[in-house]
Amino acid sequence: MSFSNDTTLKLDSRPEVPRTVVANASGEMAAGEEIKTATVGQVTVANPVMSARTVNVHYGEKHAIKDVSIDVANNSVIAFIGPSGCGKSTFLRCLNRMNDTIENARVEGLITLDGNDIYDRRQDVVQLRARVGMVFQKPNPFPKSIYENVAYGPRIHGLVTSRADLDEIVQTSLRKAGLWEEVKDRLDGPGTGLSGGQQQRLCIARAIAVDPEVILMDEPCSALDPIATAKVEDLIDELRENYAIVIVTHNMQQAARVSQRTAYFHLGELIEVGPTDQIFTNPRHRLTEDYITGRFG
Amino acid sequence: MSRSASADEQRRARVAASLKRRYGAERRFRLYGQLAVLVGLGFVALLFVSIFSKGYSAFEQTYVRVDVNYDPEVLDPAGTRKPEDLADGDYGAIVKAALRATAPEVESRAELKQLYALASNSAPRALQARIAADPTLLGRRESVWVLASDHVDQIVKGYIRRDESEESRGVTDLQIKWIDALRAKGALERRFNRQFFSGGDSREPEQAGVAGAVVGSFFTLLVTLLLSFPIGVAAAVYLEEFAPKNRYTDFIEVNINNLAAVPSIVFGLLGLAVFVQFFGLPRSVPLVGGLVLTLMTLPTIIIASRAALKAVPPSIREAALGMGASRVQAIVHHVLPLAMPGMMTGGILGMARALGESAPLLLIGMVAFIVDVPRRLTDPSTVLPVQVYLWARSSERAFVERTSGAIIVLLVFLLVMNGLAVLLRSRFERRW
Amino acid sequence: MQISSLVLLLAFLTLLAYRFGRGRAVRLVGGPRGVRDLHSLPSYYGALAAVWCAVPSLVILLAWQGFSDRVLTHLTVQSMPASVPALPAAELGLITNDVRNVIRGSVPPASASPEIRAAAATYQSLESAARAGLAVLCTLAAVLGGFVLWRRIAPDLRARNEVERLVMWLLIGCASIAILTTIGIVLSVLYEALRFFGKVPVTDFLFGTHWSPQMALSADQVGSSGAFGAVPLFAGTLLIAIIAMLVAVPIGLFAAIYLAEYADRRFRAVAKPLLETLAGIPTVVYGFFAALTVGPALRDLGQMLGLAVSTESALAAGLVMGIMIIPFISSLADDMITAVPQAMRDGSSALGATRSETIRKVVLPAALPGIVGGVLLGVSRAIGETMIVVMAAGLSANLTANPLQAVTTVTVQIVTLLVGDQEFDSPKTLAAFALGLGLFLTTLLLNIIALKVVRRYREQYE
Repeated sequence: MSFSNDTTLKLDSRPEVPRTVVANASGEMAAGEEIKTATVGQVTVANPVMSARTVNVHYGEKHAIKDVSIDVANNSVIAFIGPSGCGKSTFLRCLNRMNDTIENARVEGLITLDGNDIYDRRQDVVQLRARVGMVFQKPNPFPKSIYENVAYGPRIHGLVTSRADLDEIVQTSLRKAGLWEEVKDRLDGPGTGLSGGQQQRLCIARAIAVDPEVILMDEPCSALDPIATAKVEDLIDELRENYAIVIVTHNMQQAARVSQRTAYFHLGELIEVGPTDQIFTNPRHRLTEDYITGRFG
Repeated sequence: MSRSASADEQRRARVAASLKRRYGAERRFRLYGQLAVLVGLGFVALLFVSIFSKGYSAFEQTYVRVDVNYDPEVLDPAGTRKPEDLADGDYGAIVKAALRATAPEVESRAELKQLYALASNSAPRALQARIAADPTLLGRRESVWVLASDHVDQIVKGYIRRDESEESRGVTDLQIKWIDALRAKGALERRFNRQFFSGGDSREPEQAGVAGAVVGSFFTLLVTLLLSFPIGVAAAVYLEEFAPKNRYTDFIEVNINNLAAVPSIVFGLLGLAVFVQFFGLPRSVPLVGGLVLTLMTLPTIIIASRAALKAVPPSIREAALGMGASRVQAIVHHVLPLAMPGMMTGGILGMARALGESAPLLLIGMVAFIVDVPRRLTDPSTVLPVQVYLWARSSERAFVERTSGAIIVLLVFLLVMNGLAVLLRSRFERRW
Repeated sequence: MQISSLVLLLAFLTLLAYRFGRGRAVRLVGGPRGVRDLHSLPSYYGALAAVWCAVPSLVILLAWQGFSDRVLTHLTVQSMPASVPALPAAELGLITNDVRNVIRGSVPPASASPEIRAAAATYQSLESAARAGLAVLCTLAAVLGGFVLWRRIAPDLRARNEVERLVMWLLIGCASIAILTTIGIVLSVLYEALRFFGKVPVTDFLFGTHWSPQMALSADQVGSSGAFGAVPLFAGTLLIAIIAMLVAVPIGLFAAIYLAEYADRRFRAVAKPLLETLAGIPTVVYGFFAALTVGPALRDLGQMLGLAVSTESALAAGLVMGIMIIPFISSLADDMITAVPQAMRDGSSALGATRSETIRKVVLPAALPGIVGGVLLGVSRAIGETMIVVMAAGLSANLTANPLQAVTTVTVQIVTLLVGDQEFDSPKTLAAFALGLGLFLTTLLLNIIALKVVRRYREQYE
């Protein structure tokens, strides 16, 4: 199934959806920038940290991401939702070039951070990732002590000069991640010895220790129990103060709880973007509605 | 609380400042990796080049053409024409006479001795064999190519340099003169070295061959294969399919893993003490060698066979059991045939390892100097790698080339076996 | 009757037993149509009959093969003039050897003394009588065994279960050979080593610094003239193993890192098997390479630099042994590195680590236990390696840390002490077993530790 402009229209029987999608997208644009997109809703924001324009990703023969354009706003959480295999994780990994490690992946289009193309030849991927951190689906603490896990980033990037500075960064990061009280007495214990939820918060602490501008989270709670999930969700809400956060999630309630904007992906296309409460209460695209109401996914 | 732009700026500058050093380290690290691979591959190349460049010439040997006169007066002075009398004839004199004819100007005894040394001392036997095969040759003349001596061969092949001193090269100036003359006449040339593939060991390099060692290796491996493969498969089947999880089977398991890493020479000690000393089996025979190598390769085969059995999915066993087959039937009829290619691959690799093994065989005496090609499992013999060891120790220069030649033969066998294993694996490999 | 024809006869009887057993089972239930009334398939009855027929006679046959020579020799000796059986064991051995040579025909009978010839004749007549008896006995056992089972065959005989139980015992027997081997190694090596320590004190062996076993020529010189201080051997072994590991570990490890983390798939597919061919080359080839190419090359190099390097040097042997161990380290390290989950690498590179930082600070520490295990196995290999050192390290027991000199190792000494004719009670021979015991225990310890470490590591990421 392909969602080019025409087929979308045929599929979509709801009368309130405008007939021309391009007009719809540009019609609601704030900055007057002309974007050719099939996405329903407002893809752009004012003063975005990151923005993607007509991004396409191919894995060998597979066309995994099709013409995706979207902005990431400062100090807010945007959630990517959609059925499995819809490309939301793939797109997330484009934002800090984690797809570079996959041999036959090809990324086309423009992705900018503070207005600079992150796929530019001159853009250094190490620098990029120091600014765009990532937290993974399964907690993946290094097989080192808790302290070393958090200190890893600042150390490799040469952000600190003294042990005292490093101690402070480790402490503040762990505090921000809400883990300090639980681990302050066993900083030398192995990171892998923590519970699943603690491990994931350790990974978040590890990511914020380098103080990135954007944090990407790839289904950060899918391996956690409900109580641990609640803690991580609270944490995400607090972190919003300082960071732009992009979270991929399977769990619609979670998206509703933690995010301000929500983007719905379907088979590699970005179907609809909008404020979270609008997406969940009044989706404009039929596919979004079907997904939200649990007809598939 | 919001982000401070200056802090961001400062942090970015720090990261940028670290980049040069970090990418330098990255490049160095990568270079070490490349160097390591290159050095490793370089060693492979060096090893093969050094062996092959020294060894390929062993497959050719220098022969001298002599015009022999099968003089009945010399070969059969009694005139009986009986085969046993003919066999006793003085063929050495015939060869000497033929050599004298190639250089008629030579008279002094010392020079004659040098002249006679051109031909291998196996030449008389070669003539004897011709007469035995065809007694009608007696009294006739013919041109025969006989083996040249090893020194002549080494000069012709260029291994002994002509500018060396006479003593160190072992060939006199006079002999070199004759060699050149013979070559000019076309009476001295390099031909395919049949002796190398059909002969047994010899003290004379030009007569030494690998056939005895190859046959000895064959017999030894035959014993090893016949014992280790069935026993190994049976043990693997028991451990993988039937064994209860208890201390005893755990102990067997630990034992097998450890035995796989025990130095091979320890198996030699075992063989010497148990098979030779305690059971009184003869030394130096393929039977005992095979027994020792069986014990040595068993762990390898058991481990490979277990892996092959593990790869057969449980659903196949369950399907057979569900049809009312007994466990033995399920395994014999269904699991074993599916696991067989994997087991055979393991078996071949185990045999390849056994073929290259020499240390334990030294201890049970398969290191003796044996000229005859063995015919039975209980004939004293040696094996190919031990033959390599024996020749490598020899001080004769011509044996260097033989040793390399024998190594090439050994490597070719190993290559064939490994190729077979790879083929088997790719032919029958299944993904479940 | 020749043994081979007896075996053929037994095989024939076994086949017959199979036919009869199977046939009787089928007949008992009134032909092929009644097979359903049998407990098991007819072939199981046949197989059971065959087993009952073959096994007892085979046991007898094997017992004969194992013991006949001793019994016959003993009887022959007893039949010789009364003075002979009373001779000391060594002289008796010489006499029986002469007799054996005459029987085998390797010595012309004419050259032997009349007594020997008579003894040979006695032996041969005893042997032919015994063989005839054996043939009768085996046949009888086969027929009787087959017959007993044949009588037992009935429709409700659980033939399949019985056959399967026998198969199970066979399998257990096969699996136990591994244990028997270990026990055999321990007992044989330990027994001879203890005999050695009865002649030479353990402390002299373990702490003595002088090794010259060649001096202990005969039994009456025991312990007084031969010197069995094994410290130079241990030192030599260690020196060569260290050199080998210094070559193998960096090259093997970095090669594994490059192939696992940097190389593209095509290069890896070519380079990895090529590198691993080093593991398939027989050690004797390495020995030849070390003795003929590396040794002289190092000596010449040393001459150029003004160093005295002997042709047989620890360096040459260690270097080549290191080459041999490279693929061992590299493929184990490769396994260990690829076993580290991709999530670790992703976590590190998402933080902005470069590839080498990820490898050095995350992957290698995570893979370290496995790599250490691999290195330990490599050390155990280096210590136990024989051919390379036999051919390239030399025989002189120098106690030195200078890699340019010739040293000798435990394995070299085992080979030199045991190759050739040996008497099993001279300390020279027994010393080899004491060395073997040390070698076995050391490598066993290394292997157990290494296998445990590797296993625990593997379980961690499974």
